[in-house]
This record gives sequence, C-alpha cells and structure tokens, in this order.
Amino acid sequence: MSKETCFHCGLDATTSKINFDDKLFCCNGCKTVYEIFSVNDLTCYYDLQTAPGATPKDIEGKYNFLENSKIIEQLLEFNDGNTQIITLYIPHIHCSSCIWILENLNKLNPSISASIVNFGKKTVRVTFNAETLSLKNLVTLLSSIGYEPFISLDDYSVGKKHIDRSLIYKLGIAGFAFGNVMFLSFPEYFEVGEFWLEQFKPLFRWLMFAFSVPVVFYSSQDYFISAFKGLRSKILNIDVPIALGVSVLFIRSTFEIITDKGSGFFDSLTGLIFFLLLGKFFQQKTYSFLSFERDYKSYFPIGITKITSEDKEESIQVYDIEKGDRLLIRNEELIPVDCILIKGNARIDYSFVTGESKTVSKQSGDKLFAGGKQVNGTIEVDVLKSVEQSYLTQLWSNDVFKKDKSLAFTNITNQISKRFTISILAIAILATTFWLITDASKAMNVFTSVLIIACPCALALAAPFTFGNVLHILGKKKFYLKNASVIEQLAKANTIIFDKTGTITANKETTIDYEGLQLSKEEEALLKSTLRGSNHPLSRSLYNLLNEQDIVTLDAFEEHLGKGIEATYNQNHIKVGSAPFVGYTTESTLLNTAVHVSTNKQYKGKFTFYNAYRKGLSSLFNELKKDYDLVILSGDNEGEKDNLTKLLPTKTKLLFHQKPEDKLEYIRYHQTEGANILMIGDGLNDAGALAQSNVGIAISENVNVFSPACDAILDASKFNQLFNYIKVSKAAIKIIKWSFLLSFMYNCIGLYFAVTGQLLPVVAAILMPLSSISIVVFTTLATNMVGRKLE
Amino acid sequence: MSVIYVLLAVSVTVAIVFFIAFILAVKNGQYDDSYTPSIRMLFEDELVKEKSKKIDTNQLKD
Repeated sequence: MSKETCFHCGLDATTSKINFDDKLFCCNGCKTVYEIFSVNDLTCYYDLQTAPGATPKDIEGKYNFLENSKIIEQLLEFNDGNTQIITLYIPHIHCSSCIWILENLNKLNPSISASIVNFGKKTVRVTFNAETLSLKNLVTLLSSIGYEPFISLDDYSVGKKHIDRSLIYKLGIAGFAFGNVMFLSFPEYFEVGEFWLEQFKPLFRWLMFAFSVPVVFYSSQDYFISAFKGLRSKILNIDVPIALGVSVLFIRSTFEIITDKGSGFFDSLTGLIFFLLLGKFFQQKTYSFLSFERDYKSYFPIGITKITSEDKEESIQVYDIEKGDRLLIRNEELIPVDCILIKGNARIDYSFVTGESKTVSKQSGDKLFAGGKQVNGTIEVDVLKSVEQSYLTQLWSNDVFKKDKSLAFTNITNQISKRFTISILAIAILATTFWLITDASKAMNVFTSVLIIACPCALALAAPFTFGNVLHILGKKKFYLKNASVIEQLAKANTIIFDKTGTITANKETTIDYEGLQLSKEEEALLKSTLRGSNHPLSRSLYNLLNEQDIVTLDAFEEHLGKGIEATYNQNHIKVGSAPFVGYTTESTLLNTAVHVSTNKQYKGKFTFYNAYRKGLSSLFNELKKDYDLVILSGDNEGEKDNLTKLLPTKTKLLFHQKPEDKLEYIRYHQTEGANILMIGDGLNDAGALAQSNVGIAISENVNVFSPACDAILDASKFNQLFNYIKVSKAAIKIIKWSFLLSFMYNCIGLYFAVTGQLLPVVAAILMPLSSISIVVFTTLATNMVGRKLE
Repeated sequence: MSVIYVLLAVSVTVAIVFFIAFILAVKNGQYDDSYTPSIRMLFEDELVKEKSKKIDTNQLKD
C-alpha cells in the first residue's frame, strides 16, 4: 500500500504520524473515537466495513439550545419524565457498521435503553432515561463518535408524523379479494354441469359478491374521487372511464346474480383494481432518504444564544427572537435574522443566499443578512427583524411556493383519455342502437359489455410502470426524481437555465493563476510557510494549491485581520494580503478574488482565484445547444464572463448580478412566452427559480446534505450525463405511446366480442389480466433496454 | 355433500385470519422500513464473537 489511510475514516494519514494500537489515524479526533470504541469492546465496528467512520467535529456550545426545556419538548416523540424517545436524523449513516454501532449505543451509555436505525431515512430512534442522560448529552455522545445529528428548524413542532399507509391497505384488500374470487369462479369457468356444483352456485356467487364489495367501495375509492373531480372541472381524465367501467362491472354483475342469469364479472373487477393499484404502488416508491420539499427551515438552527441584559448567555428558540435582542453567533453558526454587527470580526459566507462562494468581511456597525454563515470566530449582533420578516425568508412568501406544479399540467395519459372516453361512449351507443333494432333483448348486454371490456386497465398501467421503472433506473445513476410527472416535464423542456456558482462550477475546487515577477525558490518556501500559519480561508486554499515546499520555522509572524499576513525569515520579509496592504497602489480592474504578495517591500505579483468548471461542461453545452436555448443566470459578478464566453457555445445567454427574485421573474417572463424551462441550480438563492420553472433540478456534491426544494436532485459527479438523462425521459414517452398502441389492439379484440354480444365472463377474465400483464412486461423490458444504454 | 359448507367456512376463515395478520403488520410499521432489518439480522454473529472474547479475558483473569 503506497498511501497510508486513517483506520477510522479512511482519509490520507501519511503525514499525521498519529499511531495508536498499531493503527494509523489522520487526526486526534479519529483516534479518540477509536479509543472510545476499543474501551467499550465495540471494535467490531471496523470489521464490518473498512474505515467507516467520520471525524468528530468540534461542537463546543453548538447544542446549548438543547438545555431549553421548551425546545426539548417539541423535539421529543415521547416523554413521561423519565423515559424519553427521540428520532434523530444523522446524515453520516451510510453502511452496515453505522447501523451496528448506533444500535449498540447502550454499550457506550447504559442510560440508553434502545436505539433503532432506519437506514433508508438515515434516522435513529433512541429511547433513553432522561434522569441520567440529558438530550444534550446524548447529542454530544453521538457527535463524539462521529455521528453528529442534524437538528434544524424543520424538526421543530413536527410532533408525531402521520404515515399514510392507505395504499398498502387498499392493495392488500384488492389482492386478497382477487385471489379468493378467482378460486370461487373456477367451477364456472369450466362449465362443469355437475349436479352438486349447480346446487352451490348461488352460494359461490354471493361469496364473490361479498369479497367484491370492499374492493369497489374502499380500494377503488381514489378513482371515483378523481373522476368526480375531473368531471367537475370539465376534464375527461383517465379515471373517468375507469370509474365508469368499475361501476358498470359491479352493477351488471350484481344484477346477474340476483336474477340468476350468470356469474357476473367479479373476478375481472377485483383483478382490474388490483393491477391498477399495483401500478400506483410501483410508481409511488420514492427515495425516502431525500427530501424534495426543503425550505429555509431545513437550514436554520432551532436555538440561538441570546445575551440577556444581565450579560448572561441564554438559549432561546429562533421564533422567539425579537427586534433589539443581542445575540451571540459562534463560529460556523448560521445567522437566523437580519441584524447589525456589534462586536467581533465577522466573515460571512453568504453562499446559501446569493450563491456567491467568497466570504465577505464586515466591520461592527455593518448590516448582516439572515442566511449568512459566520466562519471566523464568535460575534455579537443586534437583531433588526424577526425570522419571518428577514430578507431571505421573505422569498418564501412568494406565491410560487404555494402552487402545486403537478396540478397545472395534463399528463400524457389524460391527454389521450379524452379522445378515448368519447370514442368508447360512441361505440357503446352505436352498438346498442344496432342491437335495439335487430334484437332488443341483447341491447343492454352489449352496452355494458362495451364499457366493461373497454375499461382502460392497460392504458392506465402503461405510464405508471414505465415511469416507475425509469425513476428506478435514473436513481441508480444518481439522478433522483421527485415523482413520475417530472419525467414528462423533462422530456418537454425547450430552454435550460443554469446557475453559475456551485452548479457549473465545482464548489470545492478552485484554480489559481499567478501574475507578476517570478518568485525565487526561497521566496516560494517562505510564502508557503507563511500561509501555513494563517487560518484565513483564502490562505488555506492558496496553501493547498501551491507546490510542496520545505516548511521553514519563521522568525516572526503577524496576522492583520481583514488585511493580510506578514512574516520574516533570515532577514527576508514577506507580506501577503490585499493590494493596499502589500503596497500595491495601481487600481485593480479585475473582479476576481486575488491575493497579492510583496517581499522586502518590493511588489511581486498576485494570485488570482478562478472557479474550476465541472468536467465535461463544454461538451455538455455543445450537445445541448442543438435542441435547447441555453441561459446562465448568475448571482455573481462578471469576473468570469470572458472565461465563460470562451468555454460555451456562442448562443448561450449570460446574465450576471441576478438576485433570487430576478431569477424567478426571468423564468416567469419566459414561461408566459411559451418556454418550458428546465432550471438547474444549487443554493437557497435558486429556490424561487427552481419552484417557478417547469422542472427544477438541484445539483448536489453530496445528496445527503441539503438541497433546496426541487423536482429532482442530481449528483454533481453525473453533471455531464445530463443530456443522456433527458434522452432517457424522451425515450420513456415514446415507450408509453407504443404501449398505448398495444392496449388499443387488445381493446379492439375485446370490443369485437362485446359488440357482437358474446362476451363471456371467462373471456373477460382472460383478456383483462393478459393485456395488463403484457403491458407491464413490454414497458419493463423497453425501459431496461433504454437504461442499459446509459453508462 | 353439505360438508362443502364446513370446508368453505374453514377456508374463508383461514384466509381472513391471514388478511387480518397482514393489516396488523402494516399497522405496526413493519412495511415502513424494509431495508434495515435485513442487515440487522446479520449482526447476531458479531455480538456473539465479541462476548466470547470477553469471557476469554475474564477466564484468564480468574
């Protein structure tokens, strides 16, 4: 093994030289976790999976709000004073080791009586004794072993979540009835005229009737409701012919057994509803570990530290913050409200709000906006506005967040169902008139037969099974869609809008460019050694990007906050920092972030930071430009304009300085002009645009971390595959159209029997499941073939 | 042949018993998480291994 990795977390540990128990660790944090586990006989953790852990983060003071009993009360699932139960969301849960260690928490602390992991949702449900272990200590314990839970404002006041299981119940009932009715109709299928069986016929038939009643009145409820809603708003959706077919089936079958004319179609009826619900169930399976509905609440903390008039620190709930309060914001904490900086050095990361990745320095007296993250020590602020009234949170009062996108859009099945319903009714009426003239006794029989056989079971199944399978295939390729209607919308899009920072650029990667006099070997070593001592984010990234140098021990080192750093070694003096600090007076016209360097009072040059664009960006845009209008909407300045024009096809529109509302308005305007917009963004600042667009895709470096409310989440590593994914969605639409054709063929065969008045229950019982199953098989095979083409 | 009434009653009862069992299972949340239990059941071995180790060390002390 050439590279040595940390035994706990698997990061590079070549340089750390931390050895413990014959094992190598990258940092003391990881070593401590290992110690905790080995003392408690829990080293099995490392047997199940190599290097499963995460480095514990410093959480000093971060969870002080968990001392506030009002907040605790809202988070707990169950509380009787002693025993408390809480479900915590832990993003790090990713392997079997995680499940094992979290379910053995009681070995670490006996106050924990049970802990149950839900791997899909990445949650752990902990039952603990509150007298000996407070919630805060529980969270601290989890953090200390690298499983820091994520508690946000979203968890507040959620209480007991209601899980909707009605579809499983309905499916269960339909399946149960289908099976039993099938058994009971067997004697009828074969027309065995045996004496005893004739005797029991009425009993068998009434039993079938009894089994069908809950299916019609409970399991198929949704179809009746949806058909009724559709008719009320004058839309002939696919549920109208289904509801019609189901009611005709039930009424005719009941009539037949009452009058002792036949056995009815209860087998087809229950089978039909069973298959329909199966399709629904298949399509409904989604990604429980992802959330597509996040707003600012998922990012905001629950509690914050308030400094009372007696200079004491007190944890309060974020909603309780009032204008004029003095708050303490710790390092890495999010500012929840608009406020004024009073004390401390603020360096705010506004990437949530603006998408701009560079941090900004603020002096006391400056205004800070909600949504910024403090990244440089502790600050004190005075509150200007409450949470709901702050600049960022106001975006969510925009109407787009209240609309349900899927309602505004007629899906492919409903488009076809209108014509379908009308032609079926026409055929039924025509056939009935014909029979009324020739043989009136058969007329009613023919009318109901047409409606029964035409019940669009196969038609209604084509879309759910195709989309369900495509959803599954794309999910495997790290493109997670919220629901099936997104696939249709994706296929329809004609304009693609990209956000810049974090979307077409990679967040973590930057490249540098040096301009100026060549630095000598000593100067380079001195520069690197100087940067090593600084904690400023720019110094850190420059340090990581520079070539390896021998690190020298500096004779003198001083950091000037907000300006730069200076250091001396062997009579050589170096200054690194902003232009005025190093004595560079020429006005800089470049908008990019730059770090200037001077040695011995002589100006040397500057390092300019550039965003690194995602791999395959250029080729993706060139593929897309044939079929789509391409736009880049950036909240950033124009610093990258020249770079982008070089990289991207010429017809790409570039717009800079776009505020969140501007992006939203831009999309709304183009939609009124008939554009179907696919928006690709990443930060909270894109949330409005993602909601307004026809399809909003959030791009994410790590899908388990948070992304704004959207229709789909795309793993950043698959960004260059976007065009192929769109092609898959188009292929899915084609597959559905083919299966429509197939189901029409079945309908024609069935209609032949129905119109000629010879539809026997056994024909219906064969034809209906056969058409459904062949549609399912066809769509599954076809989508898998399309999916195989993806790499 | 009237035995068929008994047979029917029995078969329907058995079917309904299983149906109720299914409904109860759904109600108790058995279908909410279909992945974790499949992993959890494999852990028993690890725990046993660990315990036996513990016993060994205790025996050495004795």
